[in-house]
Amino acid sequence: MSAGAPPGPATGDAGALAPDLGVESRQMAAYLAVALGALFGGVVTGLLQALEHAGINLYPWVTPFIASYYHGLTVHGVLNVLVWTTFFICGFLPYIATRAFGLPLARRGLAWLTFWLMTSGLVLAAIPLVGNAATVMFTFYPPLRAHWAFYVGLTLVVLGTWLVTLNLVLTYRTWRRANPGRRTPLAAFMSLATFAMWAIASLGLAAEMLFMLIPWSLGLVAGTDALLARTLFWFTGHPIVYFWLLPAYISWYTLAPRQAGGKLFSDPLARTSFLLFLVLSTPLGFHHQYTDPGIHRGWKLLHAFLTFAVFFPSLLTFFNVTASLESGARARGGKGWVAWFGKLPWGDPSLAAQVLAMLLFTFGGVGGLINASYNLNLIVHNTAWIPGHLHLTVGTAVTLTFMGITYWLVPTLCGRALWGRRVALVQVWLWFIGMAIFSHAMHQLGLLGAPRRTMLGAAAYVQPEWKAWLPLVGFGGAILFASSLLYFLILVLTLLASRRPAPAPPEFAEAMSGPDHSPPILDRWRPWLALAAVLIAIAYGPTLLHLIATTPLTTPGFRVW
Amino acid sequence: MKRGTTIYLYELAWILPSIALPVGMLVALAVTAFGAGIHLPSEVGRVNPLHVAATPPFDAPGVKQIAPGQYEVGMLAQIWSFTPGEIRVPAGSTVHFWVTSKDVVHGLFIPHANVNVMVLPGQIAHVEARFDRPGEYPMLCHEYCGIAHHTMAGKVIVEPRS
Repeated sequence: MSAGAPPGPATGDAGALAPDLGVESRQMAAYLAVALGALFGGVVTGLLQALEHAGINLYPWVTPFIASYYHGLTVHGVLNVLVWTTFFICGFLPYIATRAFGLPLARRGLAWLTFWLMTSGLVLAAIPLVGNAATVMFTFYPPLRAHWAFYVGLTLVVLGTWLVTLNLVLTYRTWRRANPGRRTPLAAFMSLATFAMWAIASLGLAAEMLFMLIPWSLGLVAGTDALLARTLFWFTGHPIVYFWLLPAYISWYTLAPRQAGGKLFSDPLARTSFLLFLVLSTPLGFHHQYTDPGIHRGWKLLHAFLTFAVFFPSLLTFFNVTASLESGARARGGKGWVAWFGKLPWGDPSLAAQVLAMLLFTFGGVGGLINASYNLNLIVHNTAWIPGHLHLTVGTAVTLTFMGITYWLVPTLCGRALWGRRVALVQVWLWFIGMAIFSHAMHQLGLLGAPRRTMLGAAAYVQPEWKAWLPLVGFGGAILFASSLLYFLILVLTLLASRRPAPAPPEFAEAMSGPDHSPPILDRWRPWLALAAVLIAIAYGPTLLHLIATTPLTTPGFRVW
Repeated sequence: MKRGTTIYLYELAWILPSIALPVGMLVALAVTAFGAGIHLPSEVGRVNPLHVAATPPFDAPGVKQIAPGQYEVGMLAQIWSFTPGEIRVPAGSTVHFWVTSKDVVHGLFIPHANVNVMVLPGQIAHVEARFDRPGEYPMLCHEYCGIAHHTMAGKVIVEPRS
C-alpha cells in the first residue's frame, strides 16, 4: 500500500516551515494497512466468542479456518492486542513526532527496513497461529509449547519496535543540535517517552523469548519453567498496556483539545505525567501474579503500592485532558459545571470517538484499581471480570481512540474527505453502547465466579446466576461487530468512493500554560531513566535474581489443543 | 503571568486529592491484609513436576483431618481434572490446600470462598479457606490449559454439622 499524499503542514511549536514528510506518510499508511488487517481478523474471531457465550456455537461452521474456541480466542488476542496496537503505534508516533519536530526521520532507510522486519516477523508468527500450531493465547504461558516460528516471529516484531525507538532518538538528537535550550515539542516528547518506556519494559519479554522459549521450542534445551517465564512475561505485560495507552493519551493531549476548539490546559503537567509513566510503568508487574506461588507476598505488596503510584499520573491526565476539552466547549458557548460537556463538537466523529473512549476508560481505570488491590484481587483474578476490564482499556480507550484518529488520518493520507460522517458517528456510538453492554456483562460474570478464557457454552458448571448475563455478552459483542463492519466500510468507501478533497488535518493544540512554564528538569532524560532503573532494580531485582539462580529449566512442554 | 498562577492553583487543587486518594486506598489495603488477615499466596517451595507423583503429599492426594475442624488437602492438577475432584468437609472447617500441577499451568478457583491461586508445574501452592455455609462449592480451573479446559472442575461439599 502506498497511499502517500503530501503531508499537512508542520504546525504547533515546531515552526511554520513545512518539510517534506512524504516518506513518513507512506510509512504511516503501510503500518496502518497491516494494523487494520489485524483488527479485522480480531473482530471476526471476537464475534464467534461472544456468540458462544450466548449459546450460539458457530465454530462447527468455521472449522476449516478456526479449529476450536481456543484457537479463535488466541487469534483474537494476538491480532487485537499485539498486532493492531503495535503496528498502529509504530506508524503513528513517528508520523506525529516528525511533524512536531518539523524534521524527517533521521534514518528513512532504516525505517523501511524496520517496517519490513516487523511485517516478516508477523507473517512468520501468523503461519503457526492460523495453522492451530500456536494455540497458546497471547500470554503463551509455557509449558504450553507453540511452534518455534510463533516465538521467533513475535521476537522480530519486538526487535522492530526497538529500531523505531532508535530512529526516534536519532531524530531527536538532530533536532536538539539545531535547537539547544528549547523545550522538545510536546507530541515528540511524549512519543519519545512512550518508546523509551517500552524499550525498558520489553526487556522482560525479550529475555523470555531469547533465553527460554526460542531455544526450548527448537529443541536446543530440554525444558522450561512456568514461574520464571510468567515473571519475565509480566515484567513486560503490564507496561505493554501503557505502551498501547500512551499513544491514545498523546492524541488526547496534543490534538483533541484543538479538535474540540480549545487549548491544552497545562503543558508542564502533561510532561510530568508522561515522565511519571516512564518511571513507574514497569516495576509493578507482580500485580498480575498476586496469586502465583513462588513469589513472596512482601514483594507483591510493594508492587501493589507502586501500582497505586502509577494511578497518580493517570489522574493528572484525567484532569488535564478534561480541563482542555472544557476550554473548547466553553469557547463554543458551553456553560455550567457539567453542562458544557454537551457543547463539545459531537458532530465530529474523530473527536466523538475519543471523548466516548475517555468516558468508558474512566470505568476501566476504577476497575484497574480494584485489580491492583492486593487481596481484593482474589475476587476477580482470572475471572471474566479481567477481559471485561481489558476491553475497556485496550478495547475502547485505545481502539476507539485509534479509530477516531483514523477518521482524520486516512483522509489526510489518501487526500480524500471522509466518506459518511454521519455513518461514522453511528459507528462510534455503536462501539460505545456495544462495549458498555459487553463489558458490564463480563464484569458481572466475573464477580459471580465465571472464569475467563473458557468455552462457557460447553462448560458443565455454569451457575444459574450466570445465565442472565451470558446472552448480554453475545448481544454486546454483536453490536461491536456491527460497529466494526461499519468502520471498515467507511474506510474502504473513503478510499474508493469519496470525491471531495480532504480537509486539513488537526493541528497541535496550543497550551494555556505552555512549554515556557515547564522547568528544565521536565525536558531531561537521564535523571528519569536512572530513576526508572533504580525502581525496577528494587522491585524486581531480588526476586528475578533468586529465580534465575535457583530455577532448573526441566519442565517438559505440551501441545494440549 | 496571572493566568499561569491561576492554572497553577487549579493544578494544585487537583494534585493534592490525587495523592490523598491512592494513599487512602493503601491504608484500606493494609487494614484488610494485616487487620483482617486476608493474604495472598506466597513462597512455599519447588517440586519437580517429573517426580511429583512420588513426592508427598502428592503421592497420595486426598483429604486428611489434621486437627478438629482443620483439614489438609494434597491436590494434583492435570489435564483436565483435579485429584481429588471432590472434597467433603463439615461446615465451619478450615481447609488447607497444597496444590501443584503435573503438566501445564492450571488454576484453582473456588468462587465466594477466597480460594484463587495459580497452579504451576514446579511450584507448590498453598491457600487456606474457611467454609462456614453448607452447600456445594464449584472448584474451577481458571487458566487456559488446553482444548478441554472448560471441563476441568471439581467440587467442595460442605456438610451441615449434625
